[in-house]
Amino acid sequence: MKFTSQKIAYHFFALAMLLLVLQIIYGFIMGFAHMGFDVLHDYIPFNAASATHKNLLVVWILSGFMGAAYFIIPDESDRELWSVPLAKLQFWSFAIVGVIAVAGFHVGWWEGRKFLEIPRPLDYLVAGNVILFLVIILMTLLKGKQQTTTSWVLTMGLVFAALLYLPGMIYFDNLSVDSFFRWWVVHLWVEGVWELIMGGILAYLLIKLTGVDREVIEKWLYVVVGLTFLSGILGTGHHYYYTGGPSYWLMIGGIFSALEPLAFLAMTVFAVQMYRKGNKKHPNKLALYWTMSTAIVSFLGAGLLGLAHTLPGVNLYTHGTLVTAMHGHLAFWGAYASLVLAIISYSMPLMTGRNIFDNRIGHLAFWCANIGMIAMTAAFAAAGVAQVYLERIAGYDFMTVANEVKPHFFVLILAATLFTTGIVLFIINFTKFGKPTDEALQSEEQFEALKTA
Amino acid sequence: MLSKKQAKIFFLGGTILFMLIFVGISVHSLMVGIPENTNASEITDQVRLGKQLWDHNNCMGCHTIMGEGAYYAPELTRVYSRRGETYIQAVLTAPEGWGFRGRKMVKYNFTENEVAGLVAFLKWMDKTNLNGFPAPPSMPPPLQPVN
Ligand code: HEC
Ligand code: HEM
Ligand code: HEM
Ligand SMILES: [Fe+2]
Repeated sequence: MKFTSQKIAYHFFALAMLLLVLQIIYGFIMGFAHMGFDVLHDYIPFNAASATHKNLLVVWILSGFMGAAYFIIPDESDRELWSVPLAKLQFWSFAIVGVIAVAGFHVGWWEGRKFLEIPRPLDYLVAGNVILFLVIILMTLLKGKQQTTTSWVLTMGLVFAALLYLPGMIYFDNLSVDSFFRWWVVHLWVEGVWELIMGGILAYLLIKLTGVDREVIEKWLYVVVGLTFLSGILGTGHHYYYTGGPSYWLMIGGIFSALEPLAFLAMTVFAVQMYRKGNKKHPNKLALYWTMSTAIVSFLGAGLLGLAHTLPGVNLYTHGTLVTAMHGHLAFWGAYASLVLAIISYSMPLMTGRNIFDNRIGHLAFWCANIGMIAMTAAFAAAGVAQVYLERIAGYDFMTVANEVKPHFFVLILAATLFTTGIVLFIINFTKFGKPTDEALQSEEQFEALKTA
Repeated sequence: MLSKKQAKIFFLGGTILFMLIFVGISVHSLMVGIPENTNASEITDQVRLGKQLWDHNNCMGCHTIMGEGAYYAPELTRVYSRRGETYIQAVLTAPEGWGFRGRKMVKYNFTENEVAGLVAFLKWMDKTNLNGFPAPPSMPPPLQPVN
């Protein structure tokens, strides 16, 4: 760590860990409900659990992104954060708004719009909070001694993510129009600007961990994010096939969304190539593992499993079934959850001065979580494919099919237990670092990896 | 070999170009295509009320509609023609909360007017043109033994 102000990132990472645990608890509530044990129905009905599960996911990932930005931007700009007190204020207001939102879901204070259930009045608070965050980041960047491509890509991703939140705040009488703009937020986030954030953070990690020349990494970064927007923007059409949009979206969305996996593939090839070029001397193996798994699993979950149901002819049958849940889990896990865990693994030793780089718990956490999530994806896939055949192709009633696929949810719970074990181990490692301290300050990272050409 | 500057131009140029195309097509969809497919002129005050209740109660947290939402409860896009009005009224007014096939719906205390609103909303939804979704089952019914 070069600057004391980078320590603020720790708060965001700790919050992310806490919310991840809560998210998992709600996942189990829904998993059991699908299996037939909806025992909490009177207190936490399924729709409350599902709103909570999905929003906690978004909030902890955003918390991770904010922490990442607070850690990376000062380092890249070579100066202290513009204002630490304001950053602290931003942290606490973010945490409080998050808590109110989640509590509100349990008493029916929400909007029925998947992933954007946070009610309007809170939306304004979220917007204000994010503006404060962006001001702090932009001031740091603009006043910095240097402005790198990596930091610009990361910052632009954050700025556009904030801007895209706005169309999601407008109310429409027509459900189809409502949904049209909901995708401007949800799709253009995960298959657009969040990939910018992902590219920025990955580039930073690769520069640090592999020692490959910055110019080379940043050149390919442009290519990757270029491919993202080339395919991802018009790829939004894959959500307009069957939601009231005109039929030309079948063609446009089909073609461009089928190209989207290329961007993820490019990300994978980019990371693997840089790793191979690098000198492999950096001791932080855990950070390297998570960085590489982000690049690889995001391709599997978003790229391949996205492609599996993105063509209009397939999507006609899989649209709105458990097949979508299969893809949603591995895509979010591979691309964004793993990314946050990667930057945490990289930055915690630097913030705390404790070198937990390569320990058993860390490796066990990595493998349990990844294998667990892949097994969960397989369970969703089995349930989803069965649902598609029975309900959509053979024409059985929804509830008949739901009762038929229950055993797959037992498997889901088993897999989720393995996954959760991994997350718990990760958090044990996280707590072992303790709090960040100024004693960890050093002008440059001390490792050999940084000094290769 | 590609230089960093060329890569940057590729990124910025491509992004701006595709953003403009996307916004252009979206404007057409919003002005012409969607209103036509969804019979926007038939969105009455009753339908509006229904949409608001749909929103406020987060029905989408269990059900899908137009294939969007959660996967815990039946797809409702065509529920009006599948079950009919009386059935839907019974669902929405069940005193102990609907559900006898193994899963429970939330118990609601809707007024008569609110029930009418939700029914109107589902009736409006029933008539939307969604490019063939939901597709009719393509498999023939199972063989029946001949006796
Ligand atoms: C806690 C989850 C949950 C919520 C919230 C919920 N439902 Fe349901 N709903 C169900 C379940 C489960 C069924 C199927 C029950 C059965 O058939 O046994 C159902 C059935 C229905 C049906 C009949 C569908 C059919 O094909 O048989 C309609 C109509 C319906 N719900 C409308 C609504 C509306 C409108 C709302 C919002 C005001 C709503 N539901 C909220 C769970 C829910
Ligand atoms: C990291 C990137 C991605 C993430 C996090 C992600 C996540 C999700 C989620 C959560 C949904 C469900 C949304 C909802 O119904 O509200 C979804 C839907 C979908 N995704 Fe992705 N996705 C990603 C990338 C992709 C890619 C690259 C493709 C295509 C190749 C794709 C294709 C689809 C399709 C077709 C649907 C609609 C499913 C349906 O009709 O029900 N996704 N995605
Ligand atoms: C570990 C325990 C977990 C369990 C048991 C679990 C289970 C579930 C269940 C049952 C659903 C609801 C499907 C429905 O609508 O009926 C769901 C939705 C979802 N979960 Fe999880 N989950 C877990 C963890 C996670 C994690 C770690 C992530 C992200 C990385 C995640 C992301 C999602 C997403 C994006 C959806 C919405 C999917 C969609 O509607 O298409 N879940 N989860
Ligand atoms: Fe998408």
